[in-house]
Amino acid sequence: MKLEFEMDTYKSEIKPTWCPGCGDFAVLRALQTAIHALQLEPWNLLIVSGIGCSSNLPHFLSTYGFHAIHGRALPVAEGAKLANPELEVIVTGGDGDGYGIGVGHFIHAMRRNFDITYLVMNNQIYGLTTGQASPTSEKGMKTKSTPIEGVIENPVDPISLALASGATYVARAFSGDVKTMAELVKNGIQHHGFALIDCMSPCVTYNKINTYDFFRERVYDLQKEGHDSSDMKAAFAKAIEWPFVQRDRIPLGLFYRTEDVPTYEDLEPALKKGPPVRQPLGVENPDELLREFL
Amino acid sequence: MAKNDLVFRIGGAAGDGVSSTAESFAKMSARSGLHTWTYSSYQSVIRGGHVWTQIRGSLGPVLSHGVDPDVVVALNQQSMDVHQGDVVEGGAIVYDTDGTKPDPAKLRRNVRLIGIPLRKKAQTLSPNALMRNTVALGAVVKLFDIDFRHVESAFKDIWGDKKPEIVQQNIAAAKLGAEAVGQMGGSLNLGLPYSNEAKYLMTGNEAICLGALAAGVKFLAQYPMTPASSILHWMASHGPKYGVVVKQVEDELAAMNMTVGAGFAGVRAMTATSGGGFCLMVEAIGQAGMTETPLVAVLVQRSGPSTGLPTKTEQGDLNLALGAGQGDWPRAILAPRNPEECFRQAAQAFNLAEIYQTPIILISDLYLGEGYRTVEKLDFNVPIVRGMMAADGGTAKDFMRYRITESGVSPRALPGMKGFQHVAATDEHMENSELISDVLAGLPEHVEERRKMHAKRMRKLDGLRKDTPPPELWGPKNADLTLLIWGSTWGPAHEAIIQVDETEGVKVNSLEFPTIFPFHAEQTEQLLRGAKQTLAVEGNYTGQFTRLLRAETGHKADRFYGKSDGEPFTWRDIADHILEAVA
Repeated sequence: MKLEFEMDTYKSEIKPTWCPGCGDFAVLRALQTAIHALQLEPWNLLIVSGIGCSSNLPHFLSTYGFHAIHGRALPVAEGAKLANPELEVIVTGGDGDGYGIGVGHFIHAMRRNFDITYLVMNNQIYGLTTGQASPTSEKGMKTKSTPIEGVIENPVDPISLALASGATYVARAFSGDVKTMAELVKNGIQHHGFALIDCMSPCVTYNKINTYDFFRERVYDLQKEGHDSSDMKAAFAKAIEWPFVQRDRIPLGLFYRTEDVPTYEDLEPALKKGPPVRQPLGVENPDELLREFL
Repeated sequence: MAKNDLVFRIGGAAGDGVSSTAESFAKMSARSGLHTWTYSSYQSVIRGGHVWTQIRGSLGPVLSHGVDPDVVVALNQQSMDVHQGDVVEGGAIVYDTDGTKPDPAKLRRNVRLIGIPLRKKAQTLSPNALMRNTVALGAVVKLFDIDFRHVESAFKDIWGDKKPEIVQQNIAAAKLGAEAVGQMGGSLNLGLPYSNEAKYLMTGNEAICLGALAAGVKFLAQYPMTPASSILHWMASHGPKYGVVVKQVEDELAAMNMTVGAGFAGVRAMTATSGGGFCLMVEAIGQAGMTETPLVAVLVQRSGPSTGLPTKTEQGDLNLALGAGQGDWPRAILAPRNPEECFRQAAQAFNLAEIYQTPIILISDLYLGEGYRTVEKLDFNVPIVRGMMAADGGTAKDFMRYRITESGVSPRALPGMKGFQHVAATDEHMENSELISDVLAGLPEHVEERRKMHAKRMRKLDGLRKDTPPPELWGPKNADLTLLIWGSTWGPAHEAIIQVDETEGVKVNSLEFPTIFPFHAEQTEQLLRGAKQTLAVEGNYTGQFTRLLRAETGHKADRFYGKSDGEPFTWRDIADHILEAVA
């Protein structure tokens, strides 16, 4: 069967500016593979990002994009989704963007359960600002901003945070396995509700600890080990395995998914009339509206 | 001179029902056919403290909440202490004989003391004496000879058809108060001929909501903050019926960013806040300027700095609005003077935002935003102009979102439009949205690209200057003094001008600015040419507008009267400064 959109249809003319070997290439490829597999119309697809190396991603695709300010991709995406719920909205960004400066929006977007897919390219370091500690940097990691003792704070665990905040699709992927990542992204897009895919995406320039090899030696597939992703308790148990409990084994795959929770769009009263972007402007019967002021 | 207005003030503790009583009275005044104006002085507390509201009703157009009241209701001793000396000669004070005492030494002449056992009378109707304030209200209605049917209709508005027994109880309570006055000398006999033709009564914030609805707003994101919260409240209860998504968000950063997202997706979108919240919005509003995203931001000022006086008025955030965001980006700042203008400018702001694809700021303040005023019937038949869209002209093939044009405005395309895909970028970019910032900045041809793109955006100011309302000169041409004013100062300033003319024969006019930015320098210079002496009057310490005026025109106001004590200008404040200037 001939597909309407080729892989290349989704590519823009702009070439990625990432360092050779950057994990973000794999995330771009996984996303492109997923939207190609779903044959999404590029003009009905909106990709919103913040600031950071990974947030340049929308420029490399031929869809609509909004390259927002640092940490604010999620609220921009939420506003767009509420204005036109028929758009497929995907948010991309880094760990600093989403788990640091934007962590407040991250929690609130998840508790609202917007039908939005969020890909975080998590490299556990600030790349674009040349190598400072990030909210997911491991304890003890020496960086430009933590040169003496290394990081002395605990890292944010996005998976536990997502589970606790009400995300209804929570997964972790790894740039060393594009095929599985593409599958997780595809399922996340199809999921009716908020999908977080935390993508471990090594920074080859500034993070010499959490490298491709670091992950390859430690990752395992949750689904292959029989994890039940409909069980929230089991999901929490798996979530805290790394980095809280130990750092020898790192679970990948789908931690949790439920379709039983209505999305924000399902419940918002103003959307019952249809997408706001297509509603008539103005007030038909102003006298009725003015009566309460008389 | 025959008296043509009434002024009523009620004071008590928060939780005593001061504001609901005052609101009811304002409605009764408007329904009696009086032009009506209210000012509420309240505090950042839910119970206790001292709150008071003043309502002024007038046979002719009313321009301020007035000064000294004809009648004061003192629901506690503090209210008595604070307000008893303000009551005019021949006026009256209504108070609870149970625990409140006037001090005759502090009163003006012939002030009637109407002590009523308010609590005890209310207890005859319900044991918790909740309707103490209603008994007092009934007394006031009698003192002013207001038709009792307005009492009934006001109570029905509050409790509706669902609780008829509460409506009846309150009517009974009001009658007890009226009867008590009947037994203590009766009404004030002001002789105001009420027409009983109801007038529309609303706050500036409500007028902004109505203007936004008329213009087709479809999205409001807001975080609660006094004195802007009533915009969120009104829209939350009315918006969905008109297809407006109303979102209370986690903070003002989200409010502005969601508004940007909604504007980008193609709906008319707005947010509203006060100074502190606007501070959190500045990075994101600059983002809208850079990405050329239309939106309307309402800034209802209160006293700063920092948390300041949350329930008090000021005009101290003008510099904030003028300077919001890093770098230069085109914006317009409109400053409504009254509710009618709140309505008109809100509607116009959405057109300007979409025509010029940039944020428009509507700057108001607590005095205008929360005060009730009667207005003429609002005309919802406002023009709706959505600006240049891609499908109007070019084809998808040669579409570039940020095409350089003479006007600075490029054709806009909305997500969902096939073939017009593009990325809106907060980094500096080229016509096709490709970033200059990453690998091109500093290369000679891209230095030029940046210069051209920046100039393109800023050229929008020329169009905005043409399309925004120009400054207006109000009052006699050959005046001895010209006031320089903006925003809510309009009412008290006009009343002061009328008063000094009537009482002292002093001729004063006022130059006022419905648009603050882009500044209309040429017209301003023309209008100032005939001015003999100028007095700038604004509600802040440093003269934020006065300095802007000087920067834009070179005109240094001869005198400056800045007020930043939290209270609104009264006409008397301004009249005193006028007389000092012309002495």
